[in-house]
Amino acid sequence: MSFDHGMLVGFAKSYGLFYLLGLSVAVLIYTYWPSNRARFDRAAKSVLNDEDGPWQ
Amino acid sequence: MVAGLTKGERQLALLISIAVAFIGLAMAGAGQGGAFGVHGFIVMAFGIGTIFVVISGYFLPEPGDERLAQYYDDPIKFGIVVSMVWAVFGMFIGDWVAWLLAYPEMTFDAGWASFGRLRPVHTTAVIFGFVGNALIATSFQVVQRTSRARLPDQLSPWFVLIGYNLFCVIAVSGYFMGLTQSKEYAEPEWYADLWLVVVWVVYFLLYLRTLMRRREPHIYVANWYYLAFILVVAILHIVNNLAVPISFGHAKSYSAFSGVQDAMTQWWYGHNAVAFFLTAGFLAMLYYYLPKRAGRPIYSYRMSIVGFWGITFFYMWVGSHHLHYTALPLWVQNLGMTFSLMLLVPSWIAAANALLTLNGAWHKVRTDATLRFMMVAAVF
Repeated sequence: MSFDHGMLVGFAKSYGLFYLLGLSVAVLIYTYWPSNRARFDRAAKSVLNDEDGPWQ
Repeated sequence: MVAGLTKGERQLALLISIAVAFIGLAMAGAGQGGAFGVHGFIVMAFGIGTIFVVISGYFLPEPGDERLAQYYDDPIKFGIVVSMVWAVFGMFIGDWVAWLLAYPEMTFDAGWASFGRLRPVHTTAVIFGFVGNALIATSFQVVQRTSRARLPDQLSPWFVLIGYNLFCVIAVSGYFMGLTQSKEYAEPEWYADLWLVVVWVVYFLLYLRTLMRRREPHIYVANWYYLAFILVVAILHIVNNLAVPISFGHAKSYSAFSGVQDAMTQWWYGHNAVAFFLTAGFLAMLYYYLPKRAGRPIYSYRMSIVGFWGITFFYMWVGSHHLHYTALPLWVQNLGMTFSLMLLVPSWIAAANALLTLNGAWHKVRTDATLRFMMVAAVF
């Protein structure tokens, strides 16, 4: 079996499409998962006060 | 700078400097007076210079354990100063190149002063010298503060910064001598590329090691952008610069790609190298410094995550829009065009997020010059 142009195009148009769609769905689920909200809010506020040095 | 290193790190720094000096000597010998040999002498001078720096501070008292209660900021200050030096140099050359457009004969009949050689000096000095140093330095500051962890050791940040600047010096001095791979933004020849791989791998590992030491459970989104910048630039750099030198004593090399594949690889690199330097890296800065300066958390943390994945995945596909109406297959051109349009979504997400964060802090924008610059940057 050899990799020719037609085969690569077919692969990109089929697998490539579904992998990007699947990835977008996975990212959106992670971002809007309700229990992640608290973690994100904490991270967003945490950067405002970080000059006191590393936590030991 | 040496005072902050432990005894073991000073010895290792000395060993690395000696090794670099010997590599330079070998290059100078193999180059036999050609441009490759000149680069050998530059590398050797660089190595000897750092040997002297390390020796001058070698017997200073070692830093105590109280350093571990503070962030390690010395290399950051160095990186910012060097970045400014590159900015002045790069923009001066840019001005010069602009005058060449009006007075093309202003080359003193010398090869080094021709437009074709000075133009990459300008782009490399600005993109890699000015921006690259700024990104590396700020990434050290952001990763320590968002992780509440000190950099894992004192030597590797110096190795990354000084090694990176050696790459920039080799690149820029090579253009003056006419050394180029003829690939835009990837002009440096094979040995400079190999050195950058070493420096970049140390940088990547340093970043991961700092993140592994983090005390903050969640990795703040600015770090995602910095990591994307580091990782993607590594992949692009290695693939696009695959080449075979004509000998180990000669600067010239031939690319592993030819024809339309070469063009596509180059613009996959060219678009993304600049994208992940000038977009991903600067968004990393924005998501940290803008909330800090405004004193308000980012408007929507969730929007910044969606924007992150949008940018990283769309950007990878847009390189082919540099090759419209060429021999490149039409479907690849269409792909690049479509993804370029889709990129409007994550870029407007980032701009909206920045401006909405400022909403409520407009009184600060009115008086704070730094915040004003950030606002104008977000609008553009």
